[in-house]
This record gives sequence, structure tokens and C-alpha cells, in this order.
Amino acid sequence: MQADSEEPETMEFDVLIVGGGPAGLSAACRLKQLAAAAGEELSVCVVEKGSEIGAHILAGTVFEPSALAALFPDWQERGAPLQTPVSRDEILLLRDSETASRLPNLLVPKNMHNHGNYVISLGNLCRWLAEQAEALGVEIYPGFTAARTIIEDACVKGVLTGEMGVARDGSHKPGYVPAMALRAPYTLFTEGCRGHLGKQLIAQFKLDEGRDPQHYGIGIKELWDIDPALHEPGLVVHTTGWPLNENDATGGGFLYHAQNNQVYVGLITDLSYSNPHLSPFDEFQRLKHHPRISRYLAGGKRVAYGARALSKGGFNALPKMSFPGGLLLGCDAGTLNSSKIKGSHTAMASGMLGAEAVFEALGNGLKGAEISDFAQRFQASALYRELYAERNFGPAMHKFGNYIGGAIAFFEQNILRGSLPFTLHDRLADHASLKPAAECSRIDYPKPDNRLSFDRLSSVFLSNTNHSEDQPVHLRLSDPQLPITVNLPIYDEPAQRYCPAGVYEVTAADDGSGKQLQINAQNCVHCKTCDIKDPSQNITWVTPEGGDGPNYPNM
Amino acid sequence: MKVLVAVKRVIDYNVKVRVKPDQSGVDLDNVKMAMNPFCEIAVEEAVRLKEKGLASEVIVVSIGTAASQEQIRTALALGADRGLLIETDEEVQPLDAAKLLKAVVEQEQPGLVILGKQSIDSDNNQTGQMLAALTGMGQATFASAVEVTDDRVQVTREVDGGLMTLSLKLPAVITTDLRLNEPRYASLPNIMKAKKKPVAVTTADELGLALSPRLKTLKVEAPEPRKAGIKVADVAALVDKLKNEAKVI
Ligand SMILES: Cc1cc2nc3c(=O)[nH]c(=O)nc-3n(C[C@H](O)[C@H](O)[C@H](O)COP(=O)(O)OP(=O)(O)OC[C@H]3O[C@@H](n4cnc5c(N)ncnc54)[C@H](O)[C@@H]3O)c2cc1C
Ligand code: SF4
Repeated sequence: MQADSEEPETMEFDVLIVGGGPAGLSAACRLKQLAAAAGEELSVCVVEKGSEIGAHILAGTVFEPSALAALFPDWQERGAPLQTPVSRDEILLLRDSETASRLPNLLVPKNMHNHGNYVISLGNLCRWLAEQAEALGVEIYPGFTAARTIIEDACVKGVLTGEMGVARDGSHKPGYVPAMALRAPYTLFTEGCRGHLGKQLIAQFKLDEGRDPQHYGIGIKELWDIDPALHEPGLVVHTTGWPLNENDATGGGFLYHAQNNQVYVGLITDLSYSNPHLSPFDEFQRLKHHPRISRYLAGGKRVAYGARALSKGGFNALPKMSFPGGLLLGCDAGTLNSSKIKGSHTAMASGMLGAEAVFEALGNGLKGAEISDFAQRFQASALYRELYAERNFGPAMHKFGNYIGGAIAFFEQNILRGSLPFTLHDRLADHASLKPAAECSRIDYPKPDNRLSFDRLSSVFLSNTNHSEDQPVHLRLSDPQLPITVNLPIYDEPAQRYCPAGVYEVTAADDGSGKQLQINAQNCVHCKTCDIKDPSQNITWVTPEGGDGPNYPNM
Repeated sequence: MKVLVAVKRVIDYNVKVRVKPDQSGVDLDNVKMAMNPFCEIAVEEAVRLKEKGLASEVIVVSIGTAASQEQIRTALALGADRGLLIETDEEVQPLDAAKLLKAVVEQEQPGLVILGKQSIDSDNNQTGQMLAALTGMGQATFASAVEVTDDRVQVTREVDGGLMTLSLKLPAVITTDLRLNEPRYASLPNIMKAKKKPVAVTTADELGLALSPRLKTLKVEAPEPRKAGIKVADVAALVDKLKNEAKVI
């Protein structure tokens, strides 16, 4: 990943942060707090590919305020957008499309109790964090992508921003803006789940050596205005079982009552599923028809739609987080607590930990040398203890399914408090879990009724996504033939179904010679599922033009 | 010659506008805002005039909440020299906007005022025309080409079915159409430089004016959702439906 022959214009900072999510913004705030306390100057720059901070952030979100309180003990006075305390928790085992049983409180796993947590929009929390960061002197640049990593002498030196104004054929349009080099002794990579630079760093520095493969889920979420009479602020409902269990898949649904008569409803489908006919999008549309969900949505109106993958491999899949010139933090590394499906407070905690390590390194005169004690620092942290205690949860779910896996995890977490003397592993990567289509039953999903359920295109419309049309396709195929020569005959090209934005379509070839994979890149919502799940690992998500992609409000 | 450009903060054109459940207006809560696209074209045109040596200074003015500073900064990053915010939390209707801009014109004495032909939020298409009437300047609306020569400006306008070319004496008011130019990207160094450019803040009060909205919004409704289409078996069935159900033939 070297710079082009022509030397790009360069800007230098003390610390560069890639990605303005909870991890990146917390790291930025912490760095500036430490510098202020020490009376030092420190330049901190955050680049964010979304058109504004929060535009690409999507989570449930039930938020655990521990890390926020560590960063800003006075978050309440500062007006952090945590307005809806969780008032009640329900866990439902959906048996089929009609019936459900509620898990008695006594049996609710300890980690699923949400007392003291808040139902929030993580995007809005990030908008607020960005205001705090700017007030502390952080320079935040939304609308700019980190397109490539600058690596010189086996050390990360910064990133190159994406060019602007490149035509589809690669030529420069009028107004073309070349890449810029942003350089710093330390770069923190906080791109979230399946960061496209993080993925390259993991490979280049072999950060995942000896770890289990990372596991992922695809979360699809909608924001609804509902009938005020049905609204119960702070009610948190989790579901398991139907509809995914009908197709041997795992995951879970959620319905969170936020403020202003709005609810967040969504489904997370583990990407370890094996039936290539499965469509996470359609599973979610089905879920909304279950009476335990539809009773809240009936008569309501869908306001927003979006999707995002999450890293849920947990402790056993955590890569090494340090390398020369930087750190890999938050969901870019995979710090999500998968037993709770909560990753925002852990991402924040890891960002702060990274900030402290980098500040100390700079103070000791290091100029990019690997922060080799980061692992020890991490092991001494509360974050580590939290992730270690839940290490068997994900693998148990994958190995034994939601019910028995849940029982093992329940036993471990409630009775043994994470001290089972063994560690379960799950070594099959998600892209390798698909079976040939011929061996799996076809799935006929019901047609949307346009009241509770909808099709992909009308959904994507509500993500406010946009990509300027005349630019190179940002979903790169290593072998352009492979979707038709391998994926189609063996797996019925699953991209047609796992992509929540309808980006991939198998159509008749333009020259009439058979079929082709059509890529509607302008619809992409940057969820990263294709990069993860393609059985041939032939799709690489790269950054499109800065500012492109979804524009999520309140997600 | 100074060029004055008016810019407005509106909902980003990528965002699907949502009407508030109580129909009192459009939901702006945490919605992505941006510079009105026609205003961006106006800024670009002014900056190009400066780059050609035809303008000495580009001043951007916005009327709106404190948050409109963001759009002024964007204009400064695109190449404008300094900004002025007329800060108000109230709704600004076209006539009030034109009166406020007139006060700025009197202070700054620009040779040219460029505005967007309309803002994509309220679609009024009035402010430029009103400003021209109030100040007595000539106006050329819906400009798709602008050429400044000495004390005149030649403007190509997009009109129904063709183009019309006008020649105006300066100072004049121009409103921009979509095809006038393609605005540039703001580069990182320019965004940084823009943070250091001066932005003055004033109020209607300080300009000796009071806002007096004349229009009242009764309610805002979302358009009817499009009905799903149907497939007909053959041409005869189509004609029958058009005639007897849709009653269009
Ligand atoms: C459906 C769903 C439900 C969830 N529910 C919860 C919940 O209830 N509670 C909870 O705590 N957590 C939840 N999570 C998890 C939570 O969203 C993540 O753990 C958290 O967002 C991780 O934070 P992060 O800062 O590491 O990454 P992200 O939040 O993903 O932020 C990364 C940022 O970096 C930007 N970026 C990425 N690449 C680049 C690049 N190359 N250049 C510039 N910018 C870039 C992105 O646009 C983004 O803004 C949920 C996740 C999903 C998908
Ligand atoms: S193309 Fe890939 S990253 Fe984009 S929405 Fe589809 S699956 Fe997600």
C-alpha cells in the first residue's frame, strides 16, 4: 500500500483516528483530556467517511453507561442524549409464527438484565461525543475516507484519504481532488466491524495468528412511529427462536421503546448460517408479523431503515491490537460483548484504553514504535474481565444452537460467573459455513404487505443512502467471472439474498451470452456483509467517495 | 468588485423528508442538513469570478439559526473570503429575507449578488426577485451561464423550450439554475483554512429590521403513497381499464 508515484499533499498530526464511531470519538476525547491535564499541546484528527458524524452509525441500542461515565463523569449535566432509562425487560422464545413464551425473570441470563441501561440512538450519542471532542480541540473531518494505509519500513505512518471526482472508468472528472496523506506517529483504527483497512492490517501484521476466526452477525433495523397508546418508554423486548430456527439459523430479534412514541425493531442473523437460500432481510420482515411484535407496530409508520454487520466472535476471536505505528480498537478489532450484543460501551472503553497507551508512548518519546505492552494494559482492564467472562457464549450458541447453547452460557454466567474451566472454540469462518444450494431446502418468503413488511428497494430508500453515480464501483470482485461460474451454480449466488440493500442481482448478460452479476453500488448501506459472507471471498468492500453512503437520522 | 452570495441551510437532498405526526411541519430532529444545492452553485460561480480576476472579494451571507454557521464555513472552504450570519431562530419568509439582504447590500455595496433560484425546502423562488425589486437592481433569474464584462453582465437564462440571453448593467441580482456549473469539492486543507476565515454575526435588530412573517402554515401533509401497479392480460383489457376505471380515454 504505497502512495502513488506523485507525492500527495501531506498533513501531520500527533494522533490520527480513522472512524468517528464510539471507539474513535472516545479515544479522541480521552487524548485531549490527558493532554489538557498535562498542559500539553496534542493535535488529534478524526476522519469519518459518513457525510456527518452519526450518518453511518447503526445499533439497537440498549446502552450501558459505564464507559461514558468514565469518560465524562458529568455526562448528565453535559446533556448526553440518554433520555430513556430501561424500564422493563422481556425475553420471548418465539415458538412459531404465532406463539411465544416468556422467559420467567428468574431464568433470564444475568447479562440480559438491563436495569441501569438506557434506550438510545447510538448515532445521536456519537453526534454529542463529536461536540464534546470539538470543544476539547479535536479536529473532525466528516466526508473524508481513509482509503489506504501508508506503511513504510513495516510501520504504519498514517493514511491516504480517498480521491474525489474519479469517473467510473478511472479517469479524472473536472474538479478532481487527489488523495492527501495524513501522517501521524500513531494511527488508531476504529472503523467498526470489518473495517476495510483493519482487515488489511490484520493480514499484513498477522494480528489474528492463533485466534479463532472472527464471527459476525448482520443486524437489520427499522425506526417506527407507533400509536402512542401502545408505547411504553424504556420497554426492552428480545426474541429468540422463530423465524430463524425454521431455517437452522441463529440470532435474535429486538424491539426497544425509545422516546417520542418511537420504537426500534430489528433482527440480528448470525452469519454462520448454512442455507444459502436464507435471506436475513426477509427473515426480519417475517419477524414483524409475529403477534408479539406486530401488536406494537400495528397502525404505526416506518420512518427509517438500515443495516450493519457486527463482530461477535468475542474474546477468542480478538486479534492482537497493537502493531508498529498504531492500534486496532473497538469493533474493528471485535470488542463487542456477544452475550449481551452490546458493543458500544466496550468500543468506548477500548478507545479510551488506546488513547491512554498512545499518550504515554508519545510522552516517553516513542514516535511510532509498537506499543508492545498494550496487551498487558488490556489484560489489566475491566474491559478484559468483561470479555473474558463471556468467552464461551458465542461458540456455545454456534455449536449447540440457541437453546442448548443458551443453557450452557446461562449456567456459566449465572452460576459460575464466567469461570468454567474450559474454553469453547468455533473455528469455522462464516464464509465457509454455506452448504451447496442443492443440499438445502428452498425458502419461500411471503410477499410484503406494505404495512408491516416491505421490499428491499422501498426499505433502502429510507436509509437515505446515496453514491454519486459516476465513480468506480466500490464493491470489487477479485475475479469478475466467479459469481457466475462458481457462486451461481453451487450456492445460487447468495449475495442476491444476504445483501440487505438489493445491491447484487443476477441478470441476463448484456451481450445475451448467459447471466451476469449486476452490482447496484449506489444502494449500498456499508453494512459489510458481502465482504464477510461471500463463500468465494471474492468481494472486497472499499471506500467510495467521501460523504457517500447512508444518512441515518436517530439510528 | 465585491460579490455577495446568499446561502441557506436546508435538509440534505439525500434525506427523505418526513412530515411530523402532528402535521405541523417537517421533522428536522438529527436530520442531516446541508447547503441548498442552488446556493452551492451560486458560491461556485462567485469563486470562479474571483479566480478569473473579475471579483475582488466573495462574501457569503446566511439567515438562520446559529447552526447556519456550518453552511457559511462550507462556502468559505469552497473559496469565499468572509461570512456574515444574520442569526434568528424564527421562520424566515422570502420577503423578510429580501429585506435583510437589502440591508446587507447597502452595507457592502456589492457589484453582483448571486442567489440560488430557490431553496429545496420551501421552493418559493421569490427571494432573488424581491431583492431586485427592493434595491432597484436589474435581475436575471435561472442563470445557466454568466459572463462579466466591465460594467455589464451577460446572463443566459433557461426558459421554457430554449435559452434567453440578457445583458444587465451592474450592480445586478442573479439567481442560479442547475446547469450553471458543477460545484467543486471542499478539500481538507481548504476546510482547515476556512476555520480561520472571519464570520461576523448580526441580527435583524442590529440591521434595524424586525421579522414580520405574513404567511401561516396551516398543515403539512405527505404525498399520497403511490398505488401499486397491476398487470393486464392484453391490450383490450388495458383499453377497457383506461376507459372505464381510470376514465382517462
Ligand atoms: C443491529 C445492531 C444492534 C446493536 N445493538 C447494540 C446495543 O443494543 N447495545 C450496544 O452497546 N451495542 C449494540 N450494537 C453494537 C454497536 O453498534 C457496536 O459495537 C459499536 O457501534 C462499535 O463502535 P465502533 O466505534 O467500534 O464502530 P462503529 O460504530 O461501526 O463506527 C465506525 C465509524 O468509522 C467510520 N469508518 C469506517 N471505515 C472508515 C474509513 N475507512 N474511513 C473513514 N471512516 C470510516 C464509519 O462510518 C463509522 O462512523 C449493535 C450493532 C448492530 C449492528
Ligand atoms: S453491497 Fe455489501 S456492504 Fe453494501 S449493503 Fe450490500 S452487503 Fe452491505
